[in-house]
Amino acid sequence: MKWSQLLTIVVAAAIVSVTVQSCKNGGSATAFAGDDAAKAVYVQPGKHDEFYLFTSGGFSGHVGVYGLPSGRLFRVIPVFSVDAERGYGFTEETKPMLQTSYGFIPWDDAHHPELSMTDGKPDGRWLFINANNTPRIARIDLRTFRTAEIIEIPNSGGNHSSPFCTENTEYVVAGTRFSVPPGGQDVPIASYKEHFKGMLSFVRVEPTSGKMELAFQIQAPPFDWDLSHSGKGPSREWSFFSCYNSEQATTLLEVNASQKDKDFILAVNWKKAEEYAKQGKGKRMKATYYTNRYDESTHTATSTVNNEVTVLDPKDCPGMMYLMPCPKSPHGVDIDPTGEYIVGGGKLATVIPVYSFSKMQRAIADNAFEGEIAGIPVIKYEACIAGEVQKPGLGPLHTEFDGKGYAYTSMFISSEIVKWKLGTWEVVDRVPTYYSIGHLCIPGGDSKQPWGKYVIALNKITKDRYLPTGPELTQSAQLYSIEGDKMRLLLDFPTVGEPHYAQACPAELLEKNVVRTFKLDENKHPYAVKAEKETRVERKGNQVHIYMTMIRSHFMPDNIEGIKVGDEVYFHVTNLEQDWDIPHGFAVLGAQNAEMLIMPGETQTLKWVPTRAGVYPFYCTDFCSALHQEMQGYVRVSASSSSVPISYGSGTK
Amino acid sequence: MKSMVWFVAIAVTLIVGGCSTKSEDAHESAKAATVSEVGVGPIQRVELGALDVALAKKGAVIFEQKCSACHKLDSRYVGPALQGVTQRRKPEWIMNMILNPAEMLEKDPTAKELLATYLTPMTFQNVSHDQARALLEYFRQVDGAVH
Ligand code: HEC
Ligand SMILES: [Cu+2]
Repeated sequence: MKWSQLLTIVVAAAIVSVTVQSCKNGGSATAFAGDDAAKAVYVQPGKHDEFYLFTSGGFSGHVGVYGLPSGRLFRVIPVFSVDAERGYGFTEETKPMLQTSYGFIPWDDAHHPELSMTDGKPDGRWLFINANNTPRIARIDLRTFRTAEIIEIPNSGGNHSSPFCTENTEYVVAGTRFSVPPGGQDVPIASYKEHFKGMLSFVRVEPTSGKMELAFQIQAPPFDWDLSHSGKGPSREWSFFSCYNSEQATTLLEVNASQKDKDFILAVNWKKAEEYAKQGKGKRMKATYYTNRYDESTHTATSTVNNEVTVLDPKDCPGMMYLMPCPKSPHGVDIDPTGEYIVGGGKLATVIPVYSFSKMQRAIADNAFEGEIAGIPVIKYEACIAGEVQKPGLGPLHTEFDGKGYAYTSMFISSEIVKWKLGTWEVVDRVPTYYSIGHLCIPGGDSKQPWGKYVIALNKITKDRYLPTGPELTQSAQLYSIEGDKMRLLLDFPTVGEPHYAQACPAELLEKNVVRTFKLDENKHPYAVKAEKETRVERKGNQVHIYMTMIRSHFMPDNIEGIKVGDEVYFHVTNLEQDWDIPHGFAVLGAQNAEMLIMPGETQTLKWVPTRAGVYPFYCTDFCSALHQEMQGYVRVSASSSSVPISYGSGTK
Repeated sequence: MKSMVWFVAIAVTLIVGGCSTKSEDAHESAKAATVSEVGVGPIQRVELGALDVALAKKGAVIFEQKCSACHKLDSRYVGPALQGVTQRRKPEWIMNMILNPAEMLEKDPTAKELLATYLTPMTFQNVSHDQARALLEYFRQVDGAVH
């Protein structure tokens, strides 16, 4: 047989196989893509996924990092909760990251990851995420996949409408879900309407370093500010916030906050607010809040305490903000890629209202207002609405966009995703989710440039979807293809914690910037040792500082004597490796905190307070070489009255 | 007919696949045989002159910082004693071992043998070409080179 003949046969075979596959799809009536799904999500061993997916860890306080389409979990980034696995929040260097005006807080509830943007598109530099319980915003550096900074938000309770960023990451916002009396006033709860405020905070992000700073707060009425998104393109100077409880109830909100037909979407002209703040229109108010930053060269976090904040009152700032009536307790407020449409997700409503930014501008110019609340004009519903999606399903929550003219809204109560067309508002497709979808995510789906290949459902309940694990079941996400006219379910995959929201972007945006090792030459940690010769043990009163190194596969020093009961021992351990993926771990018997995982070129410190005499082994916890089991040492601890002198070394020193 | 087509297609894949792997192997071992003297990596040729004492001094400092956690000069530590290394190995091989250890341990027969003895892989320590050259000069000095 000739080569050309062979080739023809191979091509023919390929065509046959494709034909066979597509026939199968056409025949299937359910949303599940069937046998094809396996192919669509299969990433060959050793090959990389096309997208990164960042999911919030919800009550775990972490961020999960997955690949798409495979749904494989790569990493859990500790953010607001301590992580004994790597020592985050336990080492002396990372403890300051979790400091707040309430003291050290080892846990929080993280909801909304948000990728930094340039020109309204994810730029792959940082990921922001909110802490709901003790209000904070964190910035994760996407070169290291580590938490680089956490800023506390004062005068807030329940930092939920956060941390959505403006078109060029000028600001990330933080609207308080639970209104509170500012300045921590001690007032009767019944004085809610008088004393409570719904603060909206604008946190400025320094464009090159990413450093966050609380620029100003806006004192909004005490509604429950629920979610937010900033405009883009024509609406770039505006941020939008949804709210419920415009009834201003403080008890049994389940009933009392669902009385009115309409709550609101608030439009804030942040550019104007910025000007007012600059002009000194704001009040300087006392407020204590922390900024915690991790310095990559000293490998150490430091906390700064701030004492003041600028507060703008809408009464003094005409033209800064407007309310748009929105049916029944909206959750999502989502802006389409063109920046013209603002979609409200009225979770108890029977329609999805879509507002027009240009109409809203006209309404403002024409004074088409129906009233005023706390100095904020309320635009007439008809004067700003572009259309309503009729009968979308039950419990519309949150909408993202595919960049091809369609919107996808999650329906919590009817547990489905509904696809509808922008402009005509007609529903064109719907698929069930398993079960009770909250938010959803399309890669870049809240930006100017969605990569409209998949939609990910972030579900609240899994029930029977996985092998049961007792009363507590896994949380999960589901991946659907949105490349064709019909949405097709491809994959279920479990997630860490509760995936409230997620963001995704092409892997190539991040992959090229990833830090592989920390340069030992650039390590400016005050207790770093860069060569074994410099290792030592120093006593300062009852503090003992051990300057230790680790390399495959030994510690230096690895025999230490002269520690006494009552001493505070600090193991300052530097990993001398300079090769990628060679962390070492450090654990010592009886340590009441955690282990440390130390990356190449990094220094970390574990405080250890032995409570009784004895000889304590320590060892490497991260399997590092064939001689990893041998990576161990001893510390001798003597009675507090003993006179054993400090001595240290290794067999060869 | 369809099953016949499939059979042929699969057979072709197997045959073609099988062939290419084999030829690659042959190619590799041929290459290895010729490169074992200088090793595998960026260094093909090093010109040695009279001992550059200043450069050797720089090398000593780098050795202290980046290598001494695994090497001593006069006795085995994590890796081999490095005294006499310039007599055992070509200068190109030494520099390739410093600059490209992962590939050396995979492909160079001498390096492979060393790994079988020492079990911990020699590691890249983020040294530049110039630093590797300085280290070589230091080893030459240790081994008594004058010119
Ligand atoms: C993590 C420990 C480690 C570090 C750090 C290290 N080496 Fe090595 N080195 C080894 C081991 C182990 C071997 C033996 C080969 C093997 O097992 O991979 C070796 C082999 C060598 C050899 C070959 C020796 C011979 O007898 O042929 C040279 C040359 C060498 N190393 C130089 C260096 C230099 C220069 C540095 C510093 C830039 C360095 N090494 C850093 C572990 C290390
Ligand atoms: Cu180890």
